[in-house]
This record gives sequence, C-alpha cells and structure tokens, in this order.
Amino acid sequence: MADDIHEITVTVNGTEYRRNVESRMLLSDFLRHDLLLAGTHVGCEHGVCGACTIIFDGAAVRSCLTLAVQADGHSVMTIEGLAHGPDDIHPLQQAVRECHGLQCGFCTPGILMTMKAFLDETPSLDEAQIRGALSGNLCRCTGYQHIVDAVRLAGERMRS
Amino acid sequence: MATRYFGAPVHRNEDARLLSGQALFVDDLELPGMLHAAFLRSNVAHARLRSIDVSAARARPGVVAVYTAEDLGDYWRPGPLLVPPPPIAGITFNQRSQVPLAKGKIRHVGEPLAVVLANSRYLAEDALADIEVELDPLPAVVDLEKALTQSSATIHDDVGSNIAARVRQTRGDYAAARSRADHVIARRFLYDHGASSPIETRGVVASWDGRANQLTVWDTTQAPVFLRNGLAGMLGLSERQVRVIAPFVGGGFGPKIMLFYPEEVVIPWVSIKLNRPVKWIEDRLEHFFATTQERGQTHDAEIALTADGRILGIKDVFLHDTGAYNPYGLTVPINSQCTLLGPYVIPSYDSTFTAVFTNKPIVTPYRGAGRQHGVFVIERLLDISAKELNIDRTEIRRRNLIPPDAFPYSNEIIYQDFTTLSYDSGNYEPILDKALELIGYKGFLAEEQPRLRAQGRHVGIGVACYVEGTGIGPYEGAKVQVQANGKVNVATGIGTQGQGHFTVFAQIAADQLGVGVSDVDVVTGDTDQFYWGAGTFASRGAVVAGNAVNEAARVVRQKILRLAADHFECAEEDLEIADGGVSIVGVPGKTIKLGELALKANPMRGAVRPGTEPGLESTQYFGPPGGATASGVHAVILAVDPQTFALEVLKYVVVHDCGAVINPLILAGQIHGGVAQGIGNAFYEQLVFDDDGQLLNASLADYLLPSALEVPRVEIAHTVTLSPLNPLGIKGAGEAGAIPVGPLFAQAIEDALGLADKKVELLEIPLSPNRLFELTTKSR
Repeated sequence: MADDIHEITVTVNGTEYRRNVESRMLLSDFLRHDLLLAGTHVGCEHGVCGACTIIFDGAAVRSCLTLAVQADGHSVMTIEGLAHGPDDIHPLQQAVRECHGLQCGFCTPGILMTMKAFLDETPSLDEAQIRGALSGNLCRCTGYQHIVDAVRLAGERMRS
Repeated sequence: MATRYFGAPVHRNEDARLLSGQALFVDDLELPGMLHAAFLRSNVAHARLRSIDVSAARARPGVVAVYTAEDLGDYWRPGPLLVPPPPIAGITFNQRSQVPLAKGKIRHVGEPLAVVLANSRYLAEDALADIEVELDPLPAVVDLEKALTQSSATIHDDVGSNIAARVRQTRGDYAAARSRADHVIARRFLYDHGASSPIETRGVVASWDGRANQLTVWDTTQAPVFLRNGLAGMLGLSERQVRVIAPFVGGGFGPKIMLFYPEEVVIPWVSIKLNRPVKWIEDRLEHFFATTQERGQTHDAEIALTADGRILGIKDVFLHDTGAYNPYGLTVPINSQCTLLGPYVIPSYDSTFTAVFTNKPIVTPYRGAGRQHGVFVIERLLDISAKELNIDRTEIRRRNLIPPDAFPYSNEIIYQDFTTLSYDSGNYEPILDKALELIGYKGFLAEEQPRLRAQGRHVGIGVACYVEGTGIGPYEGAKVQVQANGKVNVATGIGTQGQGHFTVFAQIAADQLGVGVSDVDVVTGDTDQFYWGAGTFASRGAVVAGNAVNEAARVVRQKILRLAADHFECAEEDLEIADGGVSIVGVPGKTIKLGELALKANPMRGAVRPGTEPGLESTQYFGPPGGATASGVHAVILAVDPQTFALEVLKYVVVHDCGAVINPLILAGQIHGGVAQGIGNAFYEQLVFDDDGQLLNASLADYLLPSALEVPRVEIAHTVTLSPLNPLGIKGAGEAGAIPVGPLFAQAIEDALGLADKKVELLEIPLSPNRLFELTTKSR
C-alpha cells in the first residue's frame, strides 16, 4: 500500500491542510476521521441520501462519492464553516431553528450545505423550486415541510 | 408563573449543536488506539454452516484479530426474549432469538458469521474477503403460506414447524352476530410495511478501561438502560461497571429499540478481550439486513353489518411474517389485532393470527408497529361496505364511532402492554367533522370532482380514521436538580432520536421552576446520569417521562419554596417563583436567585434539621395505569396520471387529538414526518425478496424513500381531549402520522380512477405505479 499514498493539500473552511492519504480514501472519511470535522455525516455511502454534502469550490458535492485525492488543490466548506461564530450564525441555520426544520439533525448538515449552494445561485424562492433543489437530500424525520419553510425564510432574509 | 411554556411553540434547545456540526453521534467518536470492526455476513438465506477458515484474514497486515462463534466460548448464547407474550389464554409461542455470530445454521441473508478487527475500517473490510466459508444451502422459507405446509423446510429444527406463535382473541359472539347480520363482506388483504431507514445507520463504540474496570458503550439505541443491564449480565459485570450512552441518535423509528443486536453483544466483548476501544458502524447495505424491519401480513377478514351499516362484528384470520427470529415477542401482531378495532363500536370480534418464521431479517416494531396493518383492514372493510350498502363512506364511519359518553371504553381484549385494551378518553365525531370541513368533502364530491372529471383529470378524495394506543408503561423517571449557577438540570433514562425531548422536558420543568426553557439542561440516554428507565417506544416518551419530569420538578418547587420561606422568614404562600428566583409578593427587592438557594441547600458547616435532604433536587417516577389513546382522521385529495400512474397529492389534512399539546411546533414536525413515512409505505417503499430470500433492492437507489417532491404540504388541526391517566393530560403523538396513510391512499386512488365502476378494489399496500398498472389492466 505504500505506493498508494498521495500527499494532498486541501483548504477546508479557510484552513489549509497537508496530509498523506491512500488513493481509495473517501473525502467524507478524510474530513470526518482525518481532519476530525465530524459534522459532515455519512448516511448511505452510495450518493443517494445527501447527508454528506459539502461545498466544493462553491458547488454542492457528495463527499461520499468523492475521493480525498480529488480534493487536492481545491477548497471545501463543511457545516463547521457555515457560521462565522457562535453569535453570528448563517441565516439558514437561524431559519431552520425557527421553523423547526430538523428533528434528529443527522441529515441537517448536508441539507444546509445543499441549500446554501442553492440560495447562493438562485434568485427565486418558489416552493416548487426549493423542493426540487432539496429532493436530492433525504430526511426521514421532518416530512420536509418545515425545511422548505426555513429555506424560504432564510432566502427572504438574505435578500432583504 | 409569569410565562407558561407548556403549549407554546418554543424553539428547541438542542438545535444549536445540531445546526453547527457539534452534536456528538456515535460515529463521531475518535478514541486513542481504537480498532475498527467489520462483520462477515451470510450471502445466503438458509444453510448449514460447515466451516469458517479465518487464518488468511488473521495474517493480513493491519488485522489485529478475527473471531467466529467458536471464539466466543460460553459468552455465545441466544439473545433474551424482550417482550414476553401477554397473558392470553391458549396461546402458542415458540421463542427463538438471534445469536451473536452464526453457529451451525444460517437463517437469513446478512446474519453475521465472523468479525474482523483492524486498524481501519478499510483494512477490516479487505480482510473479510480472505475468510473461507463452507456451507450447505437449504431451501429458503420466504412465502408465509408455503412456510406452513408440510413440505416446507423448517428454520428452527427443534420447533418442528415454522409457527412462531398463534394467538386467538375474541370479544362477544361473532358467530351469533354473523347469523343475524344483513350483510357479510369478506376480503383478503395484504399489507406490507418496510424498513425504517433512519438516515443514521446503527453503530456501537465500546471502550473497556482495564484500570477502572469500567466499560463504556456508545450505542445508537432507543433503550440505553436495558442495554446496560443486559450487557452487564452477559459480561459478568455489575451494572455499575457498565455505562451506556445513547448520544445524539440520527433517527430510530423503532428498530433501534431492539436489543441485543449481534454487534451490540460482540463489540463490547472484543473491547474487553483486547483492552482497546472498538468501533463498528453499520453501512447502508448492512442496514437492510442487520437492522430489524417490518414486513407483511395476509388478512382474511370479514365484517357483519346491519342493513343501515352498523357493525355487528368482525372476524379476521391473519398470517404475520416475523422473520428468522422473534426476540420482540408478539408486539407487532398484537398491535395489528388490537388497532383493527379503531374508533368504532365493534360488539363482536374473533381474531386469530399465526406468526410465521421465514428466512428473512427479524421483524420488530417500526413506527406504527403493526397498527397500520390492522387499520388498513378495518378502513378498507368500511369502504367496501359503504359501496355495497350504498352509504357514503364517511357516513358509515360516523354511524359506528364510539360515542363520547362511552369512555373509558373497553374493547375486552388484551393489548401489547398486557392490560385490557381500553380507550381512556376521546371524542371522535368532531375530529371527523373538522377533517371533512378542512378537506371540503361535500363540495369536492358535488362540484369539484365532476368538473375535474369533465376536464379529463383523475382526482379522488380519501378519508380514514384511526386510534393509536400510546404512552404505555411500565414507567419512566426523572431527576430534576437546581445547579449553583441557577440552571436546572433534568436527567431521564430514555434515549432521544429527534423527538425534541431536550425542549419539551425543559418546558415542563421551566413552568414549575420559573426559569427560561434555555436555562434547563436536559440529559437523556446516559445511564450514569439516570439509572432507571425502559426506553423510547410506543409514542411514550413525552407521556411517561414528561410526567415524571413534571412530578420531580413539582417536588423541587416545594423544596425551593420551603427553603426560601426559611430564608425570608415568611410563609410559603407569600412567595412567588419567577425569572430564576423567588420573591416575596408585593415586596420589591426581596428576591433570592435559585442558584443561591441551591448553595444554601448544601451547607458546608453547621447543623440541619433531622430528615433534611441536601440540594434542590428530586427524583420521581411515573407509571401510567394504562396507555393513553390518541385518535385522528386524515383526508386527502390526490390526482393520478392514468398513463403513468404517478400520484400528485393536491391537499392533505390531518386532524388529531393527542390530549394536551406540549409544543405545537414539535408536534407538527412529528405529524409531518409520520405522514411522509406513511406515504413511503403506501406508494414507494417495499422490501422485495426473491424465492431464495435475497433482498433485491438493498440500496437507497432501489428502496425508495420519499423526497421533498413526493411529500406534500400537510395541513394540521387539533382537537383536545385530555387523558385522565396522567396529570398533564397528554397522549403520545409519535406514530400517528404514519398509521392511516395506506387505506387513505387506496380509497382516494380508487376514487380518482373510478375503479368501483371497473370492479377493481385496492386490497394491498404498498401500491406503486407498476402495481396500479397491473391491478387496473388485469381486469380490463
């Protein structure tokens, strides 16, 4: 396996990390168990549930379908980087709390990252459009309604 | 009390950590020297195990150990029976429970055969491929009816058949009722329920501390106290030497109440044996086999009615698939048997079920826990009766509802909690009225549907009723303690998987103690914080633990008032508790903070009165005499595309009575989530096994959980009938949303497609576009 180790440099939440990883190491495992950023959750490891979604060079990406080596030279944002500080949380985080858009909270980091990318690039806050953007993230607790409400509320606040 | 938090839509205490990625889930633990486990699992459903050779796996670099059943020695034994059969006369019950690692025989795909411990999960999984298994395959037992034939293979050789249980319960004299009935309508119903599929799979981390002789286990369990007690017993330790922590758990919905999963038994043993922390996290593929599920029942049911549609009696004979083992006893089929009776007066009932062993994963309760199966049968029988008797389907329900003056209402059969199935309180007709009003039932049928039909659209309406037994015993407890910093700590033994316990228990304590909700710090699921308890199941957390919190907080309130009265040298009646302190009413400035009182309650020197207990704390327990029965009506308007059979839900209404509501925001979330799972069950999710017992759709790409596109907006309304069985008057709400969706969809789809005219009845769940195509084209 020694030949299979690669040195990578990844910027995560603004911090540059240099690490040696096996080529088969998933980006989700690298973030969680190597960088100890365990807020990114893993629900299915086959790219369906969306719990592991991170923002990779500005786009929402499934970290369980990405290898750590693919992140070499790239910039990643995880849930740990979404708030600017405990007293300066992202409007999405605030709205999800106010609208009760989470229950067990396991899918929540992935949903927040997906929705952040959505709100950053989408001008409209049409419910159908929000649901479409959310449809790649599975939540087994909420039935989605309060999440949709929260995304709309956050979007309105971010715009005003 | 300045503010009353009970009943207010308070935002959740637990959210800050969950929203920032700081909440601890089991897989987030990183302990020094931790090993990673992977299980070798059977890829056949039924076989005799000849040999397992793990020598190559043991030799692989990075592998620390590999164990099979033989290595477990005396520790290897079948798991306990979790729920013994209720005291029902003439019952047959053959208990066979799961084993830690298969020995001699394999009984379902995914049964664990060996465990590899390695320095990483990647290496552990590599080593699984090195293990050689020799086995003699046996015919798989898959179909329930075939399983009971003479020629079927038997799963547990010593049982002599595949009968896991047979139970008959009766009320009144069904034969007599049938003989005087104007109508008898009989049908066969199939109801299949699937996998709970929490987004967090299961996981166990065990850490043996050889210096302290102490085992700590982090587990995604809904029942930490029983896990602690069971592990201590198996491992020959005192309960005090074992600490089980259920940290944040990413959804449960029932299967995480199951004990003792093989991995829960093996991982702690390995940790002690190797004196190292060990982690095992279930992957999604494993989850489809290694975590319990619910599945199908086949009901042959008939209903006897008068000419005006009054129910005289029901007879039901059903088969229940219990899977390869039945550690959870009879809970699921008993729930089906009992919940079939619904909100209706059913004077005679004759119900017999046979639980059948099959070569499939174990069946234990999943949200609804068999209630759906029973509700489907009664609701469909009423729909069919309404058609045959030419009565409106909501009217036939109305005529049979239990009247409000009949409570407490006994159904005279035994429920899952071993008590007589009795409804504590209820008022059903206003719920139905409200639902019909909100969905616009009459207007839809009279005007809207004809208009839509004329446009060529296939839109139908459905209305279904249900009751849900909730909040059952035996008991829960809570410790409430005022801290020196003025915060209030609440600890309880139940685990939490998203229900908002950190908030609703805080609301209850905050009202008693005059503090803000965010000043109450709730701990759940840590056996070192609270020693006793049963667990989170049967929609009981808020009811049973909530009332224990209320009781403990009430006692602490009395202690606060007594101490403050001493302090101020006044009467307790002159004091008020608010804003984190105690004041003399009408005397400005005479206030003492709760934290200061807490310090006074633990004096460092001096004498106290005899009998004085230190601190402002109390531990109290609450055990209800029986379950509290919630009820509700769901109504839907949906459109079916006649070409693709895709569904579009246009309006969905839930009217629900769960007694006093602690937090309407959290309650709405519970209902929305329940409805979403109900919709999955009704139209999208099905575990498909082939004749060899292989699950054909074991991935989330093939087993279809509803997404934001399939789950509609749900409109919720409440009626409130307090439960007389607990001081807070609350009833459980966790499962209600999921229960009546199957019959609701079947009814609305029939209506949308005009299937009555085509003599097609939808007598099974789940439906799907494919299945609707088959059912509607077959008869054309």
